[in-house]
Amino acid sequence: MNFDKEFDASGLSCPLPILKTKKALADMSSGQVLKVIATDSGSVKDMQAFADQTGNALLATEEVSGKFTFFMKKK
Amino acid sequence: MTTKKMAIIATKGTLDMAYPPFILASTAAALGYEVQVFFTFYGLQLLRKDLSTVMISPLANPAMPMPVPMPVMVQMLPGMESMATMMMKQKLKKHGVASLQELRDLCLEAEVKFVACQMTVDLFEFEKSEFIDNIEYGGAATFLGFAGDTDICLFV
Repeated sequence: MNFDKEFDASGLSCPLPILKTKKALADMSSGQVLKVIATDSGSVKDMQAFADQTGNALLATEEVSGKFTFFMKKK
Repeated sequence: MTTKKMAIIATKGTLDMAYPPFILASTAAALGYEVQVFFTFYGLQLLRKDLSTVMISPLANPAMPMPVPMPVMVQMLPGMESMATMMMKQKLKKHGVASLQELRDLCLEAEVKFVACQMTVDLFEFEKSEFIDNIEYGGAATFLGFAGDTDICLFV
């Protein structure tokens, strides 16, 4: 999937992946896609909850051997 | 959409109990909430410039997982508190959990409002210079003024 920006939150625990996602989105423009990589298994539910509550769209979640990749489209 | 609001009363000043208010406050702010945390009694320790005095004790804390079972008589020996604190901090770091300092900074950056309880500041004879700068001081009525209009209100 195409994206405009990415960051790696591997090794970070709740709530850092969410807080860093929020920060990363702040510098982006509407419609741009952010790719986030995380290893915190709790982030799967949390990223969806973040998307639901902020109106940003979680386009896809992928998991490859304990690494989660999220694609978040800015509102 | 109207902005959601959350109020938290932070009354504990130990390392373990410092996490919930800072985690919830920073996360709620990231979700777009307007957040206020009211620090009273021992919670005031979390507003000090120097957070290195925030510790955890194994004593009277039977639920704390220990690497080896430790009798209370041993837990009360000098230095056990520092050791438990050091071990807990190492564990937090190993698991990628943010430090208190980091979470507090993230709260401030996200414009979480911190209010120190004036009565307990006076009671414990704290100097305002011991606390971080960007906080306000107020009492129960100040807290209720904000809390009365919130969607989430927690006592920690």
